[in-house]
Order: sequence, then C-alpha cells, then structure tokens
Amino acid sequence: MNSLAQKKSGLYNLRDKSENFLFILPAVAIFAIFYIYPFYKIFNLSLHEWNGISLNPTFIGLANFQELLRDKIWWSSMGHAAYITLMALTFQNTLAFALALACDREIRLKRFYRVVFFLPPVLSEIVVGLIWRWILDAGIQNGQQLGLLNHLLSSTGLPHLVNNWLSNPQTALTTIALVHSWKGFGWGFIMLLAGLQTIDHQLYEAARVDGAGPWSVFKNVTLPMMIPVILVVVILTILGSMQVFVLILAMVSQGLVYHTEVPVTRILAAMTSSGRFGYACAMGVMFGAILVAVSFAMKTLTDRMKQL
Amino acid sequence: MKTRVFWLLIFTLVIAMGCGGASRDDNTLIVWHWMTDRHAAFEELAARYEAQTGVKVRFELYAPSDIYSQKIIAAAQARTLPDIFGILDKKKVVAAFIESGFVLDLQSYFAADERAWERRLFPKAMSVNRFEAKNSYGIAPGIYGVPIDVTNIQMIYNKKLLKKAGIAKIPQTFDEFLEMAKLLRIHGISGLVSGWGEMWMIDCFASNYAFNIMGQDKVMATFRGEVPYTDADWIKVLDVFRRLRDAGALAQGIVTKANKYAEQDFALGRAAFAFNGSWCVNVYDDMNPDLDYAVMMPPLVNPQRPMSIWGGAGSSFHVLATSPNKDMAVAFLKWLTAEDQQTFLAERTKNLPANRYAAKTVHPVLAAFAANMDHTTHPTIWPVNEQFVVTEVFDKGIQAIIIGERTPQEVALEVQKVKQREMEKRRLRARP
Repeated sequence: MNSLAQKKSGLYNLRDKSENFLFILPAVAIFAIFYIYPFYKIFNLSLHEWNGISLNPTFIGLANFQELLRDKIWWSSMGHAAYITLMALTFQNTLAFALALACDREIRLKRFYRVVFFLPPVLSEIVVGLIWRWILDAGIQNGQQLGLLNHLLSSTGLPHLVNNWLSNPQTALTTIALVHSWKGFGWGFIMLLAGLQTIDHQLYEAARVDGAGPWSVFKNVTLPMMIPVILVVVILTILGSMQVFVLILAMVSQGLVYHTEVPVTRILAAMTSSGRFGYACAMGVMFGAILVAVSFAMKTLTDRMKQL
Repeated sequence: MKTRVFWLLIFTLVIAMGCGGASRDDNTLIVWHWMTDRHAAFEELAARYEAQTGVKVRFELYAPSDIYSQKIIAAAQARTLPDIFGILDKKKVVAAFIESGFVLDLQSYFAADERAWERRLFPKAMSVNRFEAKNSYGIAPGIYGVPIDVTNIQMIYNKKLLKKAGIAKIPQTFDEFLEMAKLLRIHGISGLVSGWGEMWMIDCFASNYAFNIMGQDKVMATFRGEVPYTDADWIKVLDVFRRLRDAGALAQGIVTKANKYAEQDFALGRAAFAFNGSWCVNVYDDMNPDLDYAVMMPPLVNPQRPMSIWGGAGSSFHVLATSPNKDMAVAFLKWLTAEDQQTFLAERTKNLPANRYAAKTVHPVLAAFAANMDHTTHPTIWPVNEQFVVTEVFDKGIQAIIIGERTPQEVALEVQKVKQREMEKRRLRARP
C-alpha cells in the first residue's frame, strides 16, 4: 500500500515537472533559436573560410583569429571606437549631467528644455549624419562657403578657422565623435534626470541646515546617490559608442583613408566588399568578447562602488 | 490545466504552420530587383506581358542596393531565391552563386535560332554575363545572365560653367585638363567632383589611367604578381591624383563624398566636371532639368594609348536554376530585351538599353555615352582580378595622396608590401 502511494506520488511529481517544462518550453525554444543558435552559428562560421554563398565552408580552425590578431587596421579601428567612446564618456555625459541638474531645478520652460534635449536621440542616425554633413560641408560656390559652420566662421571674421572638417585627418574622427555625443547626450540626460528626481529632497534640506554649500551638497548628497544611475549610463554609453557606424557611413561614406574606421565598418567591409564572411564572423566574435569583458568589468566596478 | 495544455499545443501548431513556405501560383513569375527608378516601368511591362501571354510577372523591389545584395545572399542560404533575380555584385560573387547551383546557364537559349537573341544585344553587355572556357573562377563556360541595360562611366562637363571661365574647347589631354582646372579656380569654380568616398569610384578612375598609361596586359600582369606596384607606370597612375590635388582640380571634400552628393553638386552647378556613369542622365534630369551638360572621355595622360572606361551591362537578370518555371522565366527575359520593351524602358528610365536597335532613339547625352561603348572594359570581364585587400590599400592610398598625407611612391611601396603578403598567404593555402 505504502509503495503504491509512493509510486503514485512519483508519477504526480513527474507529471507536474513535465507540465512545468511544457510551460517554459516556448521561452526556452525562442531563447535557443534566437540567441543560442545564432551565437553558436557565428562562432562556428568564424572557424571557416566562407564567401557567404557557397554550400561548403572550408574549416580552417583558428586561422581567422590568428590573422585578426595581426590585423593592424582592425586594432586601429578599435582605437578609434575607444576614442569616440572616451569623448562620449566625458563630453557627452558631462553635458547630460549638467543639463539634467539644471532641469531638475525650478526653472522657467523646464518641460520645453526636456523635450528639446531629448530630440537628437529620437532622430535616426542617418538623418543626423546628413544634417551634420550639410552643416560641415566644405564646398564653395561663387566664393561662398556652402556649409553652415564654415559660412558662419567666414562671415564672423574667423576665416582662418574654416576647415574641411570631414576630409581632414586631424579633425575627421573628433568631428564624428562630437556629433555622436550630440546625438547621444539626450539618453544620458533623461536617465540622469530620472535619477535626480528620485533623490529625497529632505536630504538636501538636511544638508543645507547643517551649513553645506551648493558644491558640498553636490559632492556629498547628489553624487553618491547618483552613482548607480551614472554607472548604468556609463555602461550604455560604452556599448553604444563602441558600436557606432551608421553615423560614420552617413558622414564620410566608406571612410577617410583608415582614419574613421571602427570595428563595425571593418566587419561590414569584410562581409560586403571582400566577401570574407568567416573573417567577418571572427571579428564579430572578438568584438563581442571585448564588449562582454568591458561590461563585466563595469559590473564588478558597480558592485564595489555599491559596497563602498 | 488540460485546457491550458490544449491551447499551448494549438499555439505551437500555429507557430509550426507559420514556419512553412508560402504557396505559389504556377503561372506567376517572381522577379527580385533593386532598381527603384525602374520599378514603375517594370510593373507596366509586367501588365503588358500578362495581357499578351497570360503569365503574371510580379516585380518585387528591395532597396537600397546594399540591402538587396544582403537579401539575395540570405535567400540563397535559405534556398528561397525567386525565379528571376539580379546579382548586384562582383563577378566573384556571381561565380559563387553559379558554383552553388543557383544560376541557370542560358547558352542553349541564346544559341537557338542562329543566335538571334544574342545578336540583338550589345556584345559588351553580354560579356559581363559570359564565362569563357578556363576562366579563373573555375565556372563551366556559358552565359549566365541577361543584360537589361548597359552603362559606362565617363567625364561630364557643365557647358555654362566652362563658358563662364572662357573655356571654348574641352580638354583632350590631362595637361590641358589641369590648365583648365586652374583657370576655373581663378573664376571661383570647382573643377572635378565625384563620389570618391566610395572606393569603387576611385578604383574605376585609377583603372582608366592604368589602362591608358601601361595597357591592359601590364595591369593584368600586376594582378598576377608579375609586375610590382612600385613599377614606374604605377607610380605615374598614382601621380595622376597628386597632380589633380596640386592643381586644385578637385572639389573640396571629394574623398568623403558619396556619389549621390557628388551628383547633387554637379547638378547644382557647384563643379564644372564630374566623373559619373550614364545613369546620371536620369539623376540630373530629376535634380535640375535645366542643366546644360555634355559627355567627354577622361583626358589622356598617354596620347599613344587609348583610354579604356568602365562599362558593360548595367543591370542583368539571372534565372534560378532550380525554378520549376525556368523556361517561362527565360521566355519573359527574351521578351523584356526585345526592341519595343527596351525602347520603352530607355525612354521611361533614361538608361542605355541593352538592345542595340533600341539605342537609336535615346536622349542625346545618353547617345554620347553609347557612342563610346566600344571603349569599355570592366573587372567582371578581365581574366584576373586583384585581391580585395590589395585594392583596398590601393584605393585608400589614393585618398591619402589626395589629402596630402602620402606621396605616390609611399603608397606604391605600401600596396606592394600588402600584395606580397597576400601572395605568400595564397601560396601557403595552396600547399597540400
């Protein structure tokens, strides 16, 4: 009798488990099809020489990765992406934080400013690229500068500052980085503003009662309370800036020599121009691994900061 | 619980059914293309074809062209290519499609009726789709596509701007061109504009001068690795760009300009010369119908040798080898390239027709483009092509010369270094 009851209970457990499994099956299937399989496929292709069309890719082991390690243009493109990211981390996020602090106060037209500052990220990167291309145009017609910036410079007594912004190796990458920062600061602004609004105002009042000045309040109340939000903004900025490429295509087409190459444009060139899909996949895998490593490092940093 | 499990199973079944292929009508041909400017004309022709034969032709447009290229590669991988499709890419890619069994060999169709169909089309347009015996791609000899229009790339000049600068005669030699550029500059007019932010356009211009300076045989010998890029003739080719830079003959920002912006600049009278393809007639007509312009061959550096310009089939269609409707597809393409349909397409889209008899009634600027079809060549018909890695360094090197970052000699050395490295790599791979 006892063993029969045990048997029944075992069957119930099995049925219960299989029903549970059935319920999570769609989620597991979707995750496997759209996440695990593509990742496996890309890694697998990175071990092959493949033109993207042939039915039989040739297995070449780690040769693509070995070539990639020696590819100077690839590593310089990583350097360019890092430079754009650095500009975004400093210029873009400082601007976003400053504007978020300004809009967190009781100022006139506060809502209007919030909308205006959030406009650039809403625009498509292609549109932003085209608008800035026109602003930075270095063309001349009948002695007149065609680009808005150069026109302003020459008409305000600063003709010596007129420049071929996108075709000059000294300025091309910095110009792209600044436009990228202009386009991206709205996201940081919204997130930082949301973070500022969660800080209890009683903390500010208490600090002021204790005689703290504006800088002291910022340093001892605002900044510590904002650290989790700042770290999220920093991680998103790194991931977004490292992968920038549509803006580059819109502003400098296939690039100025190798001065404006970033990892994604190299991946694109390997796939579309040279038809080396295997090599492109190897680039994708390595680039993904670097981004994951950076994200983990930032996560570790966040956890340590939280502990502090 | 049972009801929930039941609905879950139904949901799974619906999803599984949704993954199946779409059913298709046996009397319908599906054509994929990227030609935004020709889509309406294609649809009109499809309606006419259905009225005449009862066969429905569905043209599906996927643009822009790079998205289209990715789509057909993805469709090839998924075995979902349509009955007729274009391959907007290098011959190497076309060869890969053929090698994988996706493209039908049309040799027997073209050979029928004493080659009547083939004789109606421009030979230069046919050669793009032809694979000769012992070709370097290892493809069985045959004709693997049908050209629907032809194109070539030349120099275009703005008559009004030249007149404004007091230039009455168009330049024949490169030296004359540089002198004119200096004169134009004095009058505040930019010289040459082109989409040299796109590597293939720089490559096309450089290749014209490589053929003019040293001839096709030496260029091919270089690609085979028998002549180094540091050879005096190659330095001369690279020096063309230094001379253009030093004479101030190039429009500002030319190295990062996509061709559509270069077309806009020329159409709006911002530059006196453009380097562009015959498709520009349609583009300029849209941008500035009052533009007064004409066509000329690029001025010669070496007057002893003719100039070869890039040209041939502008767009071609291929028939899916595994299509159950392949005979129907070939019949439609035969009809599409007949004189009446080609004349209609040329008039509506201002592109040069592939049918030589339809080319008689085209726009005067197009006729001028057509007049130089005999001087065309194209990488797709060369016996050997340079490796992409080498071409990229060569083209980027030209950009570096234009912006004054490198000398022609430095670029030549760098290109040769990469060439040697790639040849060594090939040798190692070829080892058993």
